[in-house]
Amino acid sequence: MTLALEQVLNGFQFGIMLFLMAAGLTLIFGIMNVINLAHGSLYMIGAYAAALVAARTGSFLLAVPAGLIAGALAGLIIEFLVIRKLYDRDHLQQVLATFGLILFINEGTTMLFGRTPLFVSMPPFLSGSVEIIPGIPYPTYRIAIMVVGLLVALGLYLLVNKTRIGMLVRAGSTHREMVRALGVDIRMLYTIVFALGALLAGLAGLMAGPLLAVQVGMGEQILILTFVVVVIGGLGSIRGAFYGALIVGVTDTLLRAFLPGFLKTFMNASEADALGAGLSSMGIYMVMALVLLIRPQGLFHAQG
Amino acid sequence: MRLTKLGAGLALSALLATGAAAQQPVKIGFITTLSGPGGYIGADSRDAFNLAVEMEGGKLGGVPVQVVVEDDGLKPGQGKQIADRMLKTDGIKLFTGIIFSNVLGATAPDILDAGGIYVSNNAGPSNFAGKDCHKNYFVVSWQNDTLHESAGQNATNLGYKKAFILAPNYPAGKDALAGFKRFFKGDIVGEVYTRLDQTDFAPEMAQIRAAKPDMVFHFHPGGLGITFARQYQQAGLLGTVPLVVAAPSVDANIVKALGDAAIGTNGTTHWNTDFDNAANKKFMDAWTKKYPGRLPTYYAGQAYDTALAIGAALKAVNGDLKDPEKFRQAMLKADFQAVRGPFKFGNNQHPVQDWVATRVEKGPDGTPIIKTIGKVFTDKGDVYSKDCKL
Repeated sequence: MTLALEQVLNGFQFGIMLFLMAAGLTLIFGIMNVINLAHGSLYMIGAYAAALVAARTGSFLLAVPAGLIAGALAGLIIEFLVIRKLYDRDHLQQVLATFGLILFINEGTTMLFGRTPLFVSMPPFLSGSVEIIPGIPYPTYRIAIMVVGLLVALGLYLLVNKTRIGMLVRAGSTHREMVRALGVDIRMLYTIVFALGALLAGLAGLMAGPLLAVQVGMGEQILILTFVVVVIGGLGSIRGAFYGALIVGVTDTLLRAFLPGFLKTFMNASEADALGAGLSSMGIYMVMALVLLIRPQGLFHAQG
Repeated sequence: MRLTKLGAGLALSALLATGAAAQQPVKIGFITTLSGPGGYIGADSRDAFNLAVEMEGGKLGGVPVQVVVEDDGLKPGQGKQIADRMLKTDGIKLFTGIIFSNVLGATAPDILDAGGIYVSNNAGPSNFAGKDCHKNYFVVSWQNDTLHESAGQNATNLGYKKAFILAPNYPAGKDALAGFKRFFKGDIVGEVYTRLDQTDFAPEMAQIRAAKPDMVFHFHPGGLGITFARQYQQAGLLGTVPLVVAAPSVDANIVKALGDAAIGTNGTTHWNTDFDNAANKKFMDAWTKKYPGRLPTYYAGQAYDTALAIGAALKAVNGDLKDPEKFRQAMLKADFQAVRGPFKFGNNQHPVQDWVATRVEKGPDGTPIIKTIGKVFTDKGDVYSKDCKL
């Protein structure tokens, strides 16, 4: 029983990690109507900046702003140089341009920092584990990720629903021309939204550093899952990204953890292992297909 | 994307050629994986291969060579295309460099069908070692299974009774678990297939903890291995359940990226930086001089051996590849001093070699290093050689 509980917790934590990525992507996708494949590169930039600063200074507290600033700054530059020219183009051109950015940024990173994965040490005050379920020590760092993710969710909720800029963002996503006619600088607004999305990607990257291998191409590994989250949750909806991420995280984790065991009750072990692994990796895509079938606009499509 | 880089030897050999009678350099097609998370593997292999050429002044076995490097991007289709172009346009007959078994599986048949020669510096999938073995196909590294068989034997030697084993759900992953089980005498208390693109291993960690094994074997090459080992440490398992793995899950780069988390990991390999033989000392000296502060992975060691093996054969045929059978006879003699020590080819033209156990320990300067502990296998071939009719 404690194992099941622990696995649910694992799924929840994985979901939160995905949410950090998906929130930025859904903002950019839903509000600006731009498909940004280079979102994974922003995640990588955040991870690299944090890793490099942590290695130089030995301080995780300095690495945090480094990752955030690098992510946001890279976002600003990309928006100014590339994305700004693509707002009125169709999605295919956006996909091509941002895919080009992935190649460019990956090769650039290789040239600057080499192909060897970077070492990121765990901040000492988060390196222990806590027994939140009796008998099962859960890593403090993963709890910290959950706390940060929930705070970000709350912050975004307040920002989008309670502030003036959030109101403009919401208005801009549904009635673009009207907002412009009222004299709002929609370009400025878009730049801010893009930078905010990039900042969140940088945050996800810097949080992932001590957990994963910080290396070239790490962004693309998580990008596909992030798109699945955005599609399930509904384009442009922060709430959708949150629930979508949790659904994906928990489904994926529970299938991986329990499906092979379940299949073993009526199949021989090695076949059950192989089939279980195959089915569980299909699981989230089946959920996505189901959502697309029943609610093509996603679970929580932004109004309008 | 085309990344044509001429071997460092080219410039030099061109210079020499103007003076001496112009012997056309033998072109060697080096198709390898340079981009993406597995990129450091290809980079290490390329650099070591080129180093061997450079140490001989642009030659291998006294024959001028030109190494043409291309990136396959870990895409089988791309590897196939590059090979095709090298065969037809550049007239290259001698190939090496491929890292991943799936790229090799798509590329090598084309090369062999066109009458080319392939010498593998890394991938050694089972089919080419068994019934699909080919007279112009040589492997200097290993047959894939033997990597994991040595880990299984090592686990048995270390006295472990209950193993939990994990590998990604793809052909090489399945071979890994099968290879481990072939030589592990204890019980398997859990067997899990992960994904090649997995970033979060928390569910697997929980399963391992619940199964209470006395050791864990996993096969996760490159970045996957780093991610796995870090999360293994963070889950508090590293101190309680030791890791017994094969070389790809504990190479020099992985150890560097893991830091102290790697200490205590048991590995098995056919080459390590601390091997005490003349050939290895020569290689290590040259490498440290050229790339200070960068420890070579075993991928570098075996790529260097591949260059030496090719050099020995080129010397015997004096750089003439017109008769592949002559080249083959010369190649099979394996007349070179490998950095890994004793080396010969089996009947399927795969290595027969020794395997050693390693452990990650704190080095003299405090950073973890891979230390050789003792022998696991002597003169080990592979199980597929009996199916090969050569």
